[in-house]
Amino acid sequence: MGLKRSRILEKIIRYTFNIILAVIFLAPLVWMVVSSVKPEINIFADMTSVKAFLPIDGSFDNYRTILEKGEIVRTMWNSIYYVSITIFVGLIVNSMCGFALAKLQFRGRDFLFSMIVALIIIPLESIILPLYFMIFKFKMLNTFFALIAPFTANCFSIFLFRQFFVDIPDSLLEAAYIDGASPLRAFFKIVLPLSFPVYATVLILQFIEHWGDFLWPVLVTDDKTKTVQLGLQTLFTAPPVHYGPIFAALTLSTLPVVVMFIFFQKYYVQGIAQSGIKG
Amino acid sequence: MGKTVMKKGKSDFSKRQRRMAYVFIAPAMFLLLLFLIIPAFMALGFSFTDFYVLTPDKMEIVGIDNYITLVSDELFWKCLKNTFYFTVVIVPVEAVIALGLAVLVNKKSFGRTFFRTAYFAPVISSLTVVSILWVCLYNPNDGLFNAILNTLGLPSQRFLRSADQAMNSILLMSIWQGVGYQMIIFIAGLNGISQELYEAAAIDGANSVKKFFYITLPGLRNVISFIVVYVTIQAFKVFTQPYIMTFGGPQNSTRTLVYYIYQQGFQYKKAGYASAMAVVFFLIVVFASMILKRLLIERD
Repeated sequence: MGLKRSRILEKIIRYTFNIILAVIFLAPLVWMVVSSVKPEINIFADMTSVKAFLPIDGSFDNYRTILEKGEIVRTMWNSIYYVSITIFVGLIVNSMCGFALAKLQFRGRDFLFSMIVALIIIPLESIILPLYFMIFKFKMLNTFFALIAPFTANCFSIFLFRQFFVDIPDSLLEAAYIDGASPLRAFFKIVLPLSFPVYATVLILQFIEHWGDFLWPVLVTDDKTKTVQLGLQTLFTAPPVHYGPIFAALTLSTLPVVVMFIFFQKYYVQGIAQSGIKG
Repeated sequence: MGKTVMKKGKSDFSKRQRRMAYVFIAPAMFLLLLFLIIPAFMALGFSFTDFYVLTPDKMEIVGIDNYITLVSDELFWKCLKNTFYFTVVIVPVEAVIALGLAVLVNKKSFGRTFFRTAYFAPVISSLTVVSILWVCLYNPNDGLFNAILNTLGLPSQRFLRSADQAMNSILLMSIWQGVGYQMIIFIAGLNGISQELYEAAAIDGANSVKKFFYITLPGLRNVISFIVVYVTIQAFKVFTQPYIMTFGGPQNSTRTLVYYIYQQGFQYKKAGYASAMAVVFFLIVVFASMILKRLLIERD
């Protein structure tokens, strides 16, 4: 009886905490979405009461304003474009490297692997000046090339691929080699079909990371190649500032990430968890 | 005879395999060399020059002059202090809250997925989005935080516009945004602890608190050390939040190391000086993570 009561008590405590915390964590985001469908004067007028979180007098006017201006949609397309290419090229380049490190014999392999693990730590911020200078010398400033090329090869992605491929049984590959397959063929025919999870993990990790890119695009984009995060920042800082449309833009710009997250949730969570356990 | 044929075949094969291996690694190696390793050495090289972006041809070697200037640059020390403060606060606070959240949602129970998603939602929102959002929440005149404070009968605060509160305001937002990520790692860590240990402890009559300190915490040791190192590195890079929320102000109270590198290098075009700062920044990140790893990771 006492045990049962303490268990119920524990449940009550846990739910109380969970509910309070869920409110704290969700409130700002709910406020953002609710404000995006409100006329601008109401957004701040409603702030003093619970009305701030209720879509009273809701309409899609703010979204219409944003869509008519076109700027945010254009920057979103820019981001979708450069992020997709970065990821696509990255998946090929990094998975091939990861495969070689896991399953092919060559001189210096272990050294190379430990070097790649060590390189994970180099922060972009510490090499950003020379990188900028380099892109400038290539005459590639304000092009999509500048947004894409430096980030296709990624040490952490290589690491994730390598860890996944290591667990593929050698016997599968040897069977293919005996049948006369080259490593390239074995990679495409045997390894690829088995490896959807690791590709999905790298894809979603990279998508969320690059969708949020900020510092580098500040440096290497102009109006034509502007990314979505910079588009938001312009909207927020360049007068006249209208908060209704801003909240609509914030919400709209988060949608692609939400959609991707819903599809790849399992792999994203796995990727994060893995980095903590294996790293 | 048959044996030698096989041997020859095998060595041919391994030679071919070796050649193929280089084909596999070549693209990644080329890109890493060009866009990571060479720039790293260039940063080091630039730091010993007076490289001024507008007159790149007049670049001259000045030895360690930039580093000497750095030592006497008060704003640099201020930025360093701000960055350290940000890191020293966010690392333990985020780790403790993340562990708490993980424990709260780890047990199978009704609504667990909902709560987990709620804590994780800020993580997938970009830093730019949450920074803009929180500037509105922190607004001294009609922001949500002051509305709540006033409802509770407390006086309004100036938050981002006050030199005393700005950094803590940015910290609060950053913790809210990032903690869900660490929670996921902790959940994975919790699942890795053998259930048998808990059962054995229950038989011995251990209560939840004892179980937590004698089984859970030791079992999470490596996960904790990873999180500490990871958050430390992330925290040193803080840039987007001050850039959007405060422009480094008021009175430089939120100016961070990366922000200052950006200003010196790109606004004032002093690439040589900024590179010296970037080198120092890099060394701090590497040493901090090495020392933390030393201290935290269990030695076999």
